[in-house]
Amino acid sequence: MIVNEVRQDLLQLLGPERYRDDKEALVTHSYDATPMLQSLPDAVVYPDSTSEVQHILRLANKHRIPIVPRGAASNLCGGTVPVSGGIVVAMTRMNKLLELDTDNLTATVQPGLNTKQFHREVEKRGLFYPPDPSSMVISTLGGNIMEGAGGLRGLKYGTTKDYVIGLEAVLPSGEVITTGGKLYKDVAGYDLTKLLVGSEGTLAIITEATVKLIPAPRVRQTMLVAFQDIYAAARSVSRIVGAGIIPATLEFMDQPTIRVVEEYNHIGLPIDMQAVLLIEQDGQESASVQKDMDAIVSICGEEGAARIETARDEREAEQLMKARRSALSTLARIRPTTILEDATVPRSRIADMVLAINRIAAQYELNICTFGHAGDGNLHPTCTTDARNTEEIHRVEQAFADIFEEAIRLGGTITGEHGVGTVKAPYLEWKVGEAGIALMKGIKQAFDPNGIMNPGKIFAKSARKRLVITR
Amino acid sequence: MNSREQDDQRKGALKQQLVNTLDYEQLMNCMRCGFCQPACPTFHQTGLEAASPRGRIALMKAVADGLMEPDEAFKQQMDLCLGCRACEPVCPSDVKYGQLLEQTKDALFEHAEPAGAIPLRGLHKFAKPIFKRHRRLRLMSTILHAYQRSGLQRLANKGNLLRWLPAHMQTMERIMPHADSRGVVKRVGGHRFEAKGERIGTVGLFRGCIMDVLFTETNVNTVRLLTESGYDVVIPKEQSCCGALFSHSGDRDTAREFAKQNVKVFGDAKVDYIASNAGGCGAMLVEYDHLLADEAEWVGPAREFAVQVKDISELLLRSQRWNQLPEAAVQSKTAAQPETTRDDTVTVTYQDSCHLRNVMRAGEGPRQLLRLIPDTNFVELEGGEVCCGSAGIYNLVQPQMANDIVDSRMEAVRDTKASIILTSNPGCLLQMKVGVEREKANDRIQVMHVVDYFAEKILK
Ligand code: SF4
Ligand code: SF4
Repeated sequence: MIVNEVRQDLLQLLGPERYRDDKEALVTHSYDATPMLQSLPDAVVYPDSTSEVQHILRLANKHRIPIVPRGAASNLCGGTVPVSGGIVVAMTRMNKLLELDTDNLTATVQPGLNTKQFHREVEKRGLFYPPDPSSMVISTLGGNIMEGAGGLRGLKYGTTKDYVIGLEAVLPSGEVITTGGKLYKDVAGYDLTKLLVGSEGTLAIITEATVKLIPAPRVRQTMLVAFQDIYAAARSVSRIVGAGIIPATLEFMDQPTIRVVEEYNHIGLPIDMQAVLLIEQDGQESASVQKDMDAIVSICGEEGAARIETARDEREAEQLMKARRSALSTLARIRPTTILEDATVPRSRIADMVLAINRIAAQYELNICTFGHAGDGNLHPTCTTDARNTEEIHRVEQAFADIFEEAIRLGGTITGEHGVGTVKAPYLEWKVGEAGIALMKGIKQAFDPNGIMNPGKIFAKSARKRLVITR
Repeated sequence: MNSREQDDQRKGALKQQLVNTLDYEQLMNCMRCGFCQPACPTFHQTGLEAASPRGRIALMKAVADGLMEPDEAFKQQMDLCLGCRACEPVCPSDVKYGQLLEQTKDALFEHAEPAGAIPLRGLHKFAKPIFKRHRRLRLMSTILHAYQRSGLQRLANKGNLLRWLPAHMQTMERIMPHADSRGVVKRVGGHRFEAKGERIGTVGLFRGCIMDVLFTETNVNTVRLLTESGYDVVIPKEQSCCGALFSHSGDRDTAREFAKQNVKVFGDAKVDYIASNAGGCGAMLVEYDHLLADEAEWVGPAREFAVQVKDISELLLRSQRWNQLPEAAVQSKTAAQPETTRDDTVTVTYQDSCHLRNVMRAGEGPRQLLRLIPDTNFVELEGGEVCCGSAGIYNLVQPQMANDIVDSRMEAVRDTKASIILTSNPGCLLQMKVGVEREKANDRIQVMHVVDYFAEKILK
């Protein structure tokens, strides 16, 4: 419940259209794309300007009301679920592309701008903003920044954090800070820009961002390679990168995924294969792209690939990519609940990780399919289950705990691109250690002494006990 | 019982029915990924989560879970949904949104507030025999106007809406074609027609009620094109309305009655295909198996019926007859790069019928057909797949949203520089006419059914 004084204040500031506390608004801001997580806020506000955000935060800080910043709520870590109630600050009305600066190759945007729409605008000018999270058709740039979103092009082009170079943000106190700028070099003090990227709404609300752009690649080629032996696939990946070739996309599907995708879509995938790689290279000149593709073909051939298909044109490329693109949608149809994780390991340990996942799935009698970004070791073990079956869900939780454990053992991390949120908060300490958590809490304290910013995220109330600690 | 108690009882019954009938499996299947949102016209216009498919499903689930009451806001949000079902083909989880919406509308119709319900229910009672027996067709326009008025009554008490309502009605009146009481059967003189040239099958024409009264010419052209294509054509006498208008407003029982009658008469007529030239009707017809799923003796025949239903474009494209047409002047272009055209070529564009595209999943047919027509420069409409705001009788009961949507469609039309907008559903055709009228472009832009354009260009 929002006390009347605050309610009146916000109503006066925003009007009844942009301050809502009716059931419809509360229900429709009680979830994001994370399975099995729902919690009602006490109010929803839709600010139009930085000064309105300042007013809202100042008020909430004074009254110690939790604040949950929200973009499109398409994240998978519970990042925008108001687990402690409070006010959801929906940034979707602040959605303008403020400037496309072709001299400095930067764009300045408001946080509510849709990622895909932004891509389109940028590409119209022959420019390129590479971060392409799967949810980009609905996600907002603000959301991408807050979660440090990745995507398929992470290996060659990097992720959101590599493109954000300047921010305007409102602190819980209501003060505005600006960090970075249209600068490719800037070492004036701590790098607050990078600190805010991926902070999951626990430090401040972003009201403006400057990102860098690059010239758009002009040529692209696509191929699909199938392997009978998963280690051969993994070795090929390492050797390709080792040969100095960084493909734009290097996607991977394991056997359970191949089987399911083929069973539902009949696109001619070889179901007896242990692994399929989808490889794309892009560049400015077709000659150099072709050279890379030839080198990749011969490496895969030497490693004993059972099948190599190269797309001759856009349409064929689309057809090949369809196999990977339909992975999630196919898995989502099998059973009501789909849990998609993003355990990540060093590239060289992919085969070990995938086989470990398969073993863990068998041990807990679960259906877990793994696909993901082989190039950067970012895997998506995906479990199809049913939230209503509590016994099974318990096994799912145990299995994922084991998977995270294994990822860390292999030198990896619990989350490569989804964020910690509430879902992985219990495991954060496994990754960063006690001292790491203490330091992060100190940073949080400095920004948000009253703990109003997205409470319950990143830091768990109680960390999970880690059974085996070996490195 | 005083009126307060009555009201409480009604609300209780509404809630109970929603809890009982909403398909919980489907509600669970929604994984809240939000991938449906960019496809949704009402989300696009409002930017509000509650006005998106994901939001509406969350509201339904909240009611089913007892987390919220199916209050007035809930009802309004469901009414605002166009039922265009653009959210279905893009959904990774294959959530059957259309079915959830039907279940919700069913309950809302059954337990509607008395004040709002009387006009609508009374109207259904009055309309049913007319739709069913497919006679006294001149009454159709009266019915359409009655719907308008019912919309007016329901909205009038929301004072601020009054401002633009009368204007909207005037527009509707101006664009409404004159009803032709004769219908296709009288116009072409008979119920059976022989294929020209090599025979490739027998088609039963589903003539549709609005279609046959307001767009008789389109039905006449459909018969001509089908016989030219090599089909024997029959127009079964006893066929009735498809039932869509009833089903979409929640009166599923009447829709079922109509469905049974159609399944029976087309079954008796022993046809290979059933031709639909109205996406809205076709979508209803292809889902008869779902509509009659609970009636053991009807499911089988309904399924047979459903697979026979084809959009007219698809049937025409199956014929070899049109392969020898001279090359179409220019292949389709996107709006961004309209080709400069020769003097005698006509630039046309195409507005999808949501139901043809999202339910019948046959949205490519009309486009392929258009690419065959000589002297025609077909330019894709940017976002042509987005609902035009017609959606059955939506433009009559939610005029403001419908107008906002059609205005944004017209902006895209402007970019195509087309002089003809083609559609494949009477509702869309009328709605695009509203758009043209609102844009004051009557002298520059025509709106036509694909069938009529094809016939005009080919059969001359
Ligand atoms: S796309 Fe499907 S699963 Fe995703 S939110 Fe929409 S209805 Fe739900
Ligand atoms: S049917 Fe159309 S208007 Fe309704 S939720 Fe789906 S896309 Fe939106």
